[in-house]
Amino acid sequence: MQQNEMKLEFDSRSCNEGFVRVAVAAFMTQLNPTLEEVADVKTAVSEAVTNAILHGYEGAVKKVTVTCRIAGQVLEVRVEDQGKGIPDVEKAMEPLFTTKGDSDRAGMGFAFMEAFMDTLKVESQVGKGTCVTMTRQIGRENKFERQ
Amino acid sequence: MRQPFEIAGTTLTIHLPAEIDHHNAEGIRCEADRILKRKPIRRMVFDFENTDFMDSSGVGMILGRYKAMRFMGGTVVAVRVNERMRRILTLSGVYKVIDIYEDMPRQF
Repeated sequence: MQQNEMKLEFDSRSCNEGFVRVAVAAFMTQLNPTLEEVADVKTAVSEAVTNAILHGYEGAVKKVTVTCRIAGQVLEVRVEDQGKGIPDVEKAMEPLFTTKGDSDRAGMGFAFMEAFMDTLKVESQVGKGTCVTMTRQIGRENKFERQ
Repeated sequence: MRQPFEIAGTTLTIHLPAEIDHHNAEGIRCEADRILKRKPIRRMVFDFENTDFMDSSGVGMILGRYKAMRFMGGTVVAVRVNERMRRILTLSGVYKVIDIYEDMPRQF
């Protein structure tokens, strides 16, 4: 597989979270991933989409876009919203940091994305929205056992 | 079908769904808290037998219930945890505060 791309646009309703991670998982099967790689990507996608719905739009129903690109053995997933944006990205990415401490948020979304993917890039503008881009090379031994 | 929330004496066992994300963690949280308010629960058991997906929303839900139980002097354990879920619980630090079992311990 040299190059391939797909794009999903969906309402920012929490009931879509399951559908989106399964769609991404189905798209990545052409890379012949291990079950573990699929589970890792699903977790990272779930975190990014939850952030867009919960923090980006704060419950309002608008559109979230997920774009997946395959180049060689690398899967790139981009999750975009046009929500409120993150004032301090560096702070938001600190493990355990949360703006919703009263509602059982673990503050581990970005930490999970970082742990389960190879690269993570977060671009955000207050009032304009947030774009999270993650990549993962597929078809390599266990990410946690290599080195 | 087995009820997802099972009460035996002062033990509340929560049979978790196949996937725990932001969407359904909220429902589990509400029901667990409703039971905690009404019944004298001393021990909470999270049963992962059927679970093969959990993200940080699930972690937040578990840690939140752990805080509530600890506040009341109760305990929380996770049972029938598979390798994938163990990794999530380890990565998130949950294993530091609650005991995790691969099987269903006999004393329950």
